[in-house]
Amino acid sequence: MGSNVIAQKASEIAKQAQDLSEQANSLMQTETIVTVVESSASQPFFITGLTVFVLACFVGYYVVWKVTPALHSPLMSVTNAISSVVIVGALIAAGPELFGASKVFGYMAIILASVNIFGGFLVTRRMLEMFKKKAK
Amino acid sequence: MDITTSNFLYLLASICFIMALRGLSSPDTARSGLAFGVSGMALAIITTILAPSVMAGSLFGIVICIAIGGGIGYIIAKKIDMRDLPELVAAFHSLVGLAATFIGMAAFYNPEAYNIGIPGEIHMGSLVEMALGVAIGALTFTGSIIAFGKLKGIVSGKPIVFSGQHMLNAAIGLAMFVMIIIFAATESNFAFLMIILLALILGVTMIIPIGGADMPVIVSMLNSYSGWAAAGIGFTLQNNLLIVVGALVGSSGAILSYIMCKAMNRSFISVILGGFGGEQAASSVDNSDKNAKIGSAEDAGFIMKNASSVIIVPGYGMAVAQAQHALKEMVDLLKSEGVSVKYAIHPVAGRMPGHMNVLLAEANVPYDDVLELEEINRDFKQTDVAFVIGANDITNPAAKNDPASPIYGMPILDVENAGTVLFIKRSLGSGYAGIENGLFYADNTMMLLGDAKKMCEGIIKSIEN
Repeated sequence: MGSNVIAQKASEIAKQAQDLSEQANSLMQTETIVTVVESSASQPFFITGLTVFVLACFVGYYVVWKVTPALHSPLMSVTNAISSVVIVGALIAAGPELFGASKVFGYMAIILASVNIFGGFLVTRRMLEMFKKKAK
Repeated sequence: MDITTSNFLYLLASICFIMALRGLSSPDTARSGLAFGVSGMALAIITTILAPSVMAGSLFGIVICIAIGGGIGYIIAKKIDMRDLPELVAAFHSLVGLAATFIGMAAFYNPEAYNIGIPGEIHMGSLVEMALGVAIGALTFTGSIIAFGKLKGIVSGKPIVFSGQHMLNAAIGLAMFVMIIIFAATESNFAFLMIILLALILGVTMIIPIGGADMPVIVSMLNSYSGWAAAGIGFTLQNNLLIVVGALVGSSGAILSYIMCKAMNRSFISVILGGFGGEQAASSVDNSDKNAKIGSAEDAGFIMKNASSVIIVPGYGMAVAQAQHALKEMVDLLKSEGVSVKYAIHPVAGRMPGHMNVLLAEANVPYDDVLELEEINRDFKQTDVAFVIGANDITNPAAKNDPASPIYGMPILDVENAGTVLFIKRSLGSGYAGIENGLFYADNTMMLLGDAKKMCEGIIKSIEN
């Protein structure tokens, strides 16, 4: 036991430190690769999104023309309720642990969208319950 | 929950929303459609909450916010009088607009949460989408508030016009466009806030010149905007569910606006430019020397009791007087006397699409007695009595005969073809379009001047005796 052992331990630690730094290095590299992939993936999203958007417009067009004119009021209140699905965006903003402006906006948007979701669906139900067929 | 699973669940939610709209093709399937809508929403919210980035934070705040908002929504929906429905719909649109604006702002101040870059270095495409999302959202917000005010009577229902109005709107629009370009290029905080501010102002200046009778178009246009705002946010967040829902709602509102415009024979542009119905329009027909036949409730009761068929034409006046219950009672009485009674609905009767159908449903009128313009218009010829309650412009034959009339070309209900026309109105004044109705002075017309509800009650009494 002496300076020898200590020297050996020190060299081991030094080697470990080197390993760690190498690992960190390689991690950093993968991260840059990931960011590169992400940013290159985020550009084509616009086209994906646009495809979805245009097709959904067509679906909406054909479905809404089928709606009977008598139910145009419930149609408006139900579309209003489902457009509150933007709450998804609000939840993502309110989620992170960090407290900041973004989180406050997220919380406020959650409250607003929730008013709409509950209010919109309930009013639609109230309306639809009133529509009755002739009692025969 | 990993991204693939949550995207799959978002797809299921999208399908649920499509089914919800599909259900509205008939009153029988509408309720099951609504159940689809509710499930879709629940699925979307739960899936998002279970995402790792949202789970990492505290759920407490989120749950509290949903509870507060949900509670308010529940109370409003339970308490609201059906007569205030158009205002309520407008108010709800404003909330979606504001929520979309807030989300856009949240994304701007914390882009990492949405994977669209870091503050100061947000992708340019995302910046444009973000700017458009908040602009449409802010515009929907103030526009819906003005529409709400007009429907509620807080803001004058008359078109408010001033010189240079269109120039002002165009200038604001142009300034907004410039700001969006600056914002996309520099990501400047100032430009972002300016876009929001300009959109808020544009919402007010765009809706303020539009008159009460054009409200069905405006309410459905704002409905459409709230959808486009959601789609804009969907592009920013790269979320397909939001894009699908935004597109569905956007096209739904656009189709409703189109139907309303067509039913008034007006172009969408002319509605947006506003000013319609402000001034007394010049008419080639002068009615000042003619006398209208004024009848009483007893006369009307006698005529209808002895008729074999009656068609009821309701309008906004019925909604104002809340006469639908008295009307239903009157109709029941006539039916028990063996008279066949139907209702005819014009697409723009009332203050929002389908307004009359909801009011009649509220009074327990079976929906198979309520017919649309195309279904019933030919039947007026074989009908003894057309009973017009609180409607005016939608029956005005000037739309067919007088090319000088502002409503020329608008499809109308041909009540003048019926044996006798009974008009319940408060006065002989003109309708919202500011046009005199020559039908008031026709030989087969009898005017019943007074409150629609009291008049119906009077007719009920006279039939009973």
